[in-house]
Amino acid sequence: MHSRPRAAGTGRIFRSFREVRVQLFVTCLVDLLQPGVGERTVGLLERLGCEVAFPAGQTCCGQPAHNSGYTDDARRVAERFLDVFAATDGPIVAPFGSCVHMVRHGYPRLFADDPTRAETAAAVAERTFDLATFVVGELGHDQVGGRYPGDRDTAVAYHHECHMLRGLGSAEPPLSLLRGVTGCRLVEPEHGALCCGFGGTFALKLADVSVAMADEKLDRAMAAGARAIVSTDVGCLMHLEGRARRRGLDLRVHHLVDLLEPGGRL
Amino acid sequence: MTPRVVHPPRPEPHPEVTTNLHVAADNWAMGRARVRGTVDWEAWRDRGSEIRADAIRDLPSLLDGFAERVTAAGGQVHRAATAEEACARVVDVCRRHGATRAVKSKSMLTEEIGLNEALGGAGVGVVETDLGEYIVQALGDRPSHLLAPAVHLSAAQVAGLFGRESGREFDPADTQALVRHARAVLRERFLEAQVGITGVNLAVAESGTLVLVESEGNIRLCTALPRVHIAVMGIEKLVRDWAGAAHLMQLLPMAAHGVPAPASLSLITGPARDGDDGPEELHVVLVDDGRSALRGTEYESALHCIRCGACLYACPVYRQVGGHAYGSTYSGPIGAVLTPALEGGAQGSDELPWMSSLCGACAEACPVKIPLDAQLVALRADGARRHPRRAEAALFAAWSRLWSRPGGYRATAATAGRALAPLWGRLARAAAGGGWNARAPFPFSRWTEGRDIRAPDPEPFHARWRRRRG
Repeated sequence: MHSRPRAAGTGRIFRSFREVRVQLFVTCLVDLLQPGVGERTVGLLERLGCEVAFPAGQTCCGQPAHNSGYTDDARRVAERFLDVFAATDGPIVAPFGSCVHMVRHGYPRLFADDPTRAETAAAVAERTFDLATFVVGELGHDQVGGRYPGDRDTAVAYHHECHMLRGLGSAEPPLSLLRGVTGCRLVEPEHGALCCGFGGTFALKLADVSVAMADEKLDRAMAAGARAIVSTDVGCLMHLEGRARRRGLDLRVHHLVDLLEPGGRL
Repeated sequence: MTPRVVHPPRPEPHPEVTTNLHVAADNWAMGRARVRGTVDWEAWRDRGSEIRADAIRDLPSLLDGFAERVTAAGGQVHRAATAEEACARVVDVCRRHGATRAVKSKSMLTEEIGLNEALGGAGVGVVETDLGEYIVQALGDRPSHLLAPAVHLSAAQVAGLFGRESGREFDPADTQALVRHARAVLRERFLEAQVGITGVNLAVAESGTLVLVESEGNIRLCTALPRVHIAVMGIEKLVRDWAGAAHLMQLLPMAAHGVPAPASLSLITGPARDGDDGPEELHVVLVDDGRSALRGTEYESALHCIRCGACLYACPVYRQVGGHAYGSTYSGPIGAVLTPALEGGAQGSDELPWMSSLCGACAEACPVKIPLDAQLVALRADGARRHPRRAEAALFAAWSRLWSRPGGYRATAATAGRALAPLWGRLARAAAGGGWNARAPFPFSRWTEGRDIRAPDPEPFHARWRRRRG
């Protein structure tokens, strides 16, 4: 994280291919908690002309252990990730910015003492993108359509996933895609860049502080008139929706890819 | 107990302090936006980072040169390896002058070494002259922010204190009256003090000059009225030359308050020359207290810190808990890095790196680009080695063994989704349908104290892909 390359989204290196073969990195939280997000990611990429492959050996990027200080455990899982994806070609795309941040900026530190792995990690990191950055920056689609179902013109707040915003430096691509969705309008709560308090194991370790952070986020979204929150981090989404449900708030929570469906079927 | 850690961290939301804190943080954010509109902020940060890195890299030789030049200008230099030594040097100087009254400007280093307590023990009464510090001292409290020590207090609390102090009534809305009261009290203290004690914001090695930045004017009085000036300085405050110092003199108020120049700047080279006003003696106490040991480690860049407080205002955790929750002299993200790094994780300081969601707002706010979030992660790893938590370690070890093999991963996925589904279901509140539960098994029970939780999907993505495309 010393230098945060702003590389993602500037290359458009894959545009020249007529059909891009994409390796889907579904991420463990999407796999286990919201597999539908994975399916809609596949649907979107195919709609945009990509061929989607899914390396079946993939598990997790290792971030939970890394961020909790269990470096050796993180490395073991990260090595699995590298073994699986180094054997493939083409862009690796995940519907989850935080995991991409881990691969791009966590792995260089994790494998700093292992030159061979570090080289593999650098090569894999270069090919790894979050979905929004890939669609906008690499495929060149600023918007891909989509319709927000239900009430016309629902006020929607976008929640920037911290690791996508500050880690990957990717603020614009998800907003760009969201602007292409009809049936909703974007509102901007105060302190939009503030963390929601998920933070992986932080949400369990400092549960009370984590919940207080969610409350500030939810209150500011409601104060801005938002009826829904959209983000790209399944962890943030479960945290915010879980708190909104517990408080009985009239606020819906969606993954960005759920709004990009042509038919607006949420 | 060392003064750097006052009590173990108490990471709980603190609604009483957050109201005041959020106002202060909002002002800071407005200042930050203003600065970004006036200068090439990223270029300023790059330059700031280079200047600090250069100084810390060459610290031993720069310190020697600095000491020579202070001495040549008529000042006296005292080197202190530990907090105790630093306090002893200051006490010595006070004793030599038979001093019983000292005025002091705001300095986190003197908090770190416990100087006020040491002086009190030696019969020297110390009065804090920074308004916020004066308030905190009068309340028997501790500073909760690097620059804004009383940011956790409201005007009403200050009005109450001053009312008790003076037997008069104060209107909390009339902040000018509060300031007038403090000024009147402090003016007397300045005039009767034999010694003035200050910290140091920067020191210029090439000329032996101390740079002190302030907005209230109390530092000017502390360094001009008493016959003796004692400056207590962390060795890392050094910069090589005036070019670097000039940049940091602007960068500091930009990062701290969003203004391009400090309200007041004191540049001090030696004591008063013949015939000039000012102190007859200048003593510079150079304090190491664990700093040298950080050079050459991955925490070296934490020594680059210029104590602007930007990471505190940017931090979403500090924002909810306030500075006192850290239980350490230095709070916020920089405190959560510096304290365990300097203490070697002792006194419960290994808990501090957990007071972060790793959102990266601190590193983004830092004007000298300290990778605070990466250092927090590294310190968690140090903490896991120094103070093992057996259950947690066993859980992660088992997890990594399973999840580093596709078979193991899929087995847990299937277990979480299918075998555990009835358990999650039994725990679930009847009303919580649609895959959401109000209760969950350990370790997720902490989650559900304040939030509902999604139950694992009965058919994970891996299984869906296999079924449809496999």
